[in-house]
Amino acid sequence: MDILGSVSLLLAFLAAVYALVAGIIGIITRRPLITKSARNAGMSVFVLLTIAAACLEYLFFSNDFSSAYVAEHSNRALPAYYKFAALWSGQEGSLVLWTFLLSMYAFLVLFLNRKKHPELMPYVGVVLAGTEIFFLTLNNFIATPFRMLANPDGAGVMRLASISDGHGMNALLQYPEMVIHPPMLYLGYTGFTVPFAFALAALLGRYPGEKWIHITRRWTMIAWCFQSVGVLLGAHWAYAVLGWGGYWAWDPVENAAILPWITGTAFLHSVMMQEKRGMMKVWNVWLVFVTFMLCILGTSLTRTGIVSSVHAFAQSSIGGWFFGFLVIIFIVCFAAYWKNRDYLRSDNQLDSLVSRESSFLFNNLVLLAACFAILWGTLFPVLSEWVQGSKISVGPPFFNKVTVPIALFLLLLTGVGPLLAWRKTSFDALRRNFAWPLGGGIVAGIIAFVFGFRDVYSLVCLILGVFVTLTIASEFYRGARVISARDGSNIFTAVGELTMRNTRRYGGYVVHFGMVLIFIGIAGIPFNKDLQKEMGIGDTLKIGPYTILCQNFDAVNNANYESERATLEVFKEGKSVMMLYPERRFYLASQVTDTKVAVQSSPLHDLYIVYAGRSPEGGKPVIHAYLQPLVKWIWFGGIVLVLGTLLALLPNRKAVLVLRPATENSWKDAISATTTAIGAVARRSDARADAHD
Amino acid sequence: MHARSKFLIGSGIIVTTLLVLAYVGFTQSKTYYHTITELSTLQGSALHQRMRVSGNVQAGSIDHLTGRVDFVLTEQGRNLRVSYVGRDPLPDTFKDGAQALVEGKMMPDNRFVAEQVQAKCASKYEATPDGSPVSAPQTPGQTSNGTNARPSGY
Repeated sequence: MDILGSVSLLLAFLAAVYALVAGIIGIITRRPLITKSARNAGMSVFVLLTIAAACLEYLFFSNDFSSAYVAEHSNRALPAYYKFAALWSGQEGSLVLWTFLLSMYAFLVLFLNRKKHPELMPYVGVVLAGTEIFFLTLNNFIATPFRMLANPDGAGVMRLASISDGHGMNALLQYPEMVIHPPMLYLGYTGFTVPFAFALAALLGRYPGEKWIHITRRWTMIAWCFQSVGVLLGAHWAYAVLGWGGYWAWDPVENAAILPWITGTAFLHSVMMQEKRGMMKVWNVWLVFVTFMLCILGTSLTRTGIVSSVHAFAQSSIGGWFFGFLVIIFIVCFAAYWKNRDYLRSDNQLDSLVSRESSFLFNNLVLLAACFAILWGTLFPVLSEWVQGSKISVGPPFFNKVTVPIALFLLLLTGVGPLLAWRKTSFDALRRNFAWPLGGGIVAGIIAFVFGFRDVYSLVCLILGVFVTLTIASEFYRGARVISARDGSNIFTAVGELTMRNTRRYGGYVVHFGMVLIFIGIAGIPFNKDLQKEMGIGDTLKIGPYTILCQNFDAVNNANYESERATLEVFKEGKSVMMLYPERRFYLASQVTDTKVAVQSSPLHDLYIVYAGRSPEGGKPVIHAYLQPLVKWIWFGGIVLVLGTLLALLPNRKAVLVLRPATENSWKDAISATTTAIGAVARRSDARADAHD
Repeated sequence: MHARSKFLIGSGIIVTTLLVLAYVGFTQSKTYYHTITELSTLQGSALHQRMRVSGNVQAGSIDHLTGRVDFVLTEQGRNLRVSYVGRDPLPDTFKDGAQALVEGKMMPDNRFVAEQVQAKCASKYEATPDGSPVSAPQTPGQTSNGTNARPSGY
């Protein structure tokens, strides 16, 4: 199986090289047959990588410990679903997953567009093949997952060696979310290759107009959605597994994942400027270039040790390759831009400061500022070593100081932006649209203040959260009222109808609402409480409204791990409400200890308990209890965000004109008599929907 | 005034505010990374900055006292006395010979007071069937460094 896997990887590499070379020849000679053969080669990469990935999975499931990668990342007692996930638990395998998912996107793009855009697709195929070649080079020649263990025998001949059991999977990764988190994040990272490929292709081929944006809109949203899910799952994993009571620490790995998400968000918004007003063409092209480069940078940061070398731990030789690839991407992008920059002239200018355009400009400005600050903070140890010779790292206070005000400003724009008109908004319209939501937000703020909500940022976040929610609700209500007045349906049916007629706009609002929920959840941070105590059987600990009684300590052992477990009974107002079992596991194969946090989650707060180990002095168990308000809102907001994105991906339903019951009798006459009038109304309502996009 | 110049003024205000905030955050949280050898060459204010130092835990040097844990870090023959005063229990990987990273400040008596300790166990070895050791390649994802660090291999 290792040989089949190696051969498939090599063939995939050759196929990608062929797709690139033949694609370029096809573009130059304009021979459709060569172009078609390049496309087929591009699609075959996916088939070959599927075989390679399946081979690697086979090695894991057959416990083939003569494979170095399997021996290092699995063991016999590992449950089956972790064996499946073990594929991406190390450097080599996770790079195979990257290439596999990239080739899947490439396959879908090439297949779904095989009869469309004959001027554009050859360029797209070339860009996709170029990216695949880089990763396949790593898979084949730098970090091959199919290396076998071998030892020299007495005569000096290398013989295959197999160890009896593997070293086991990293204990921290043995958590159900680890089975889906990396694929989600990678689907995000690799997914941004698609808009990148189309943008570069449109620029290289001087493909007319905004078509590349229309073609890639759904692809970008899919990638963005996966990236969001990946980041949130990562945060949830950190929360539930690492046991330090938080979900975000501005760790380089987290930053690497959030950076392309930020520029991707900026891109999703700024393309609307180009679609509606023909502005920001250069900006959009560069945004998608930068997003792709940040995806590559993010992938490299997590595996090269450039940044985590501050911790003086991870080291790898792969960094040079990634750096080289980034330089090549930049040169290609810049050359393409420089040669064809005349093609990106803007059609319009900014008309007024109070307009949809300027809200998008501010949105992009602060998103990019956040991206730059996070990137700077993440890379600062490397930069300071180059410039000053001493490594300096910056901590969470730096990131929080910059990003919290930006986040709040963005939240404000989320409420204000969609209600501003294109070009110019009058003062009257501002008052009409914003008086109620803003009033509602301030009232909510006052109530919260009275109830002890005293942190400034959290209070502002709450006020803005309510404000944005009310503006979104008023948008749905006003649109639905028009529909229900026209066809007499009730307001809830009308909301559904309204949403389905312009899924992009109303799906976007749902995504905004999801972000509001996430922000509210984050605003709970200043009210976190925690308490650490050495506890014997019968001892109690009080935190917030809860009293925790230590009932018992016992051991739970199986073939994979041995565990120490505390049995805690939780009381609220004198009544027993639940039992919690925080654990401390010792994984036998990898000889690593890991905590298993016990969390009791409610919309109001999470009770989060860690069995922190035994105290150095007395040997008594140490229990660390946290009371964290509103955390659940973050995960719930994530679900809303995904649903909103799915909604926005649906095609629009065409508006059907239904006449009122009173005129129903003359329905047929009306149709025949007023076809032209209906046509005019329909055209006008379409135009209206467009104008509000 | 043109909308464009108004927008530029607005952007200027936003960017300036952010730069000030970034500077404040930076001065509050910057941490220098030094090797033990470098520590002896530091002078003046450089000695009192917040810093991170890494080294191996000298065998037999771990001493559990009330309220703190003392140990010695070594690197290339140089030693550094460290007192850990943090609240959290030390990571399980923290034992004799482990690679450790401490964060804190130097005291005037050349003792390093650490508020955080991360540790990674020494390289794993596994015997092959014929008895010769095969070093397990340490991929980045295999480091387990304390309670609040995360693997980076995926």
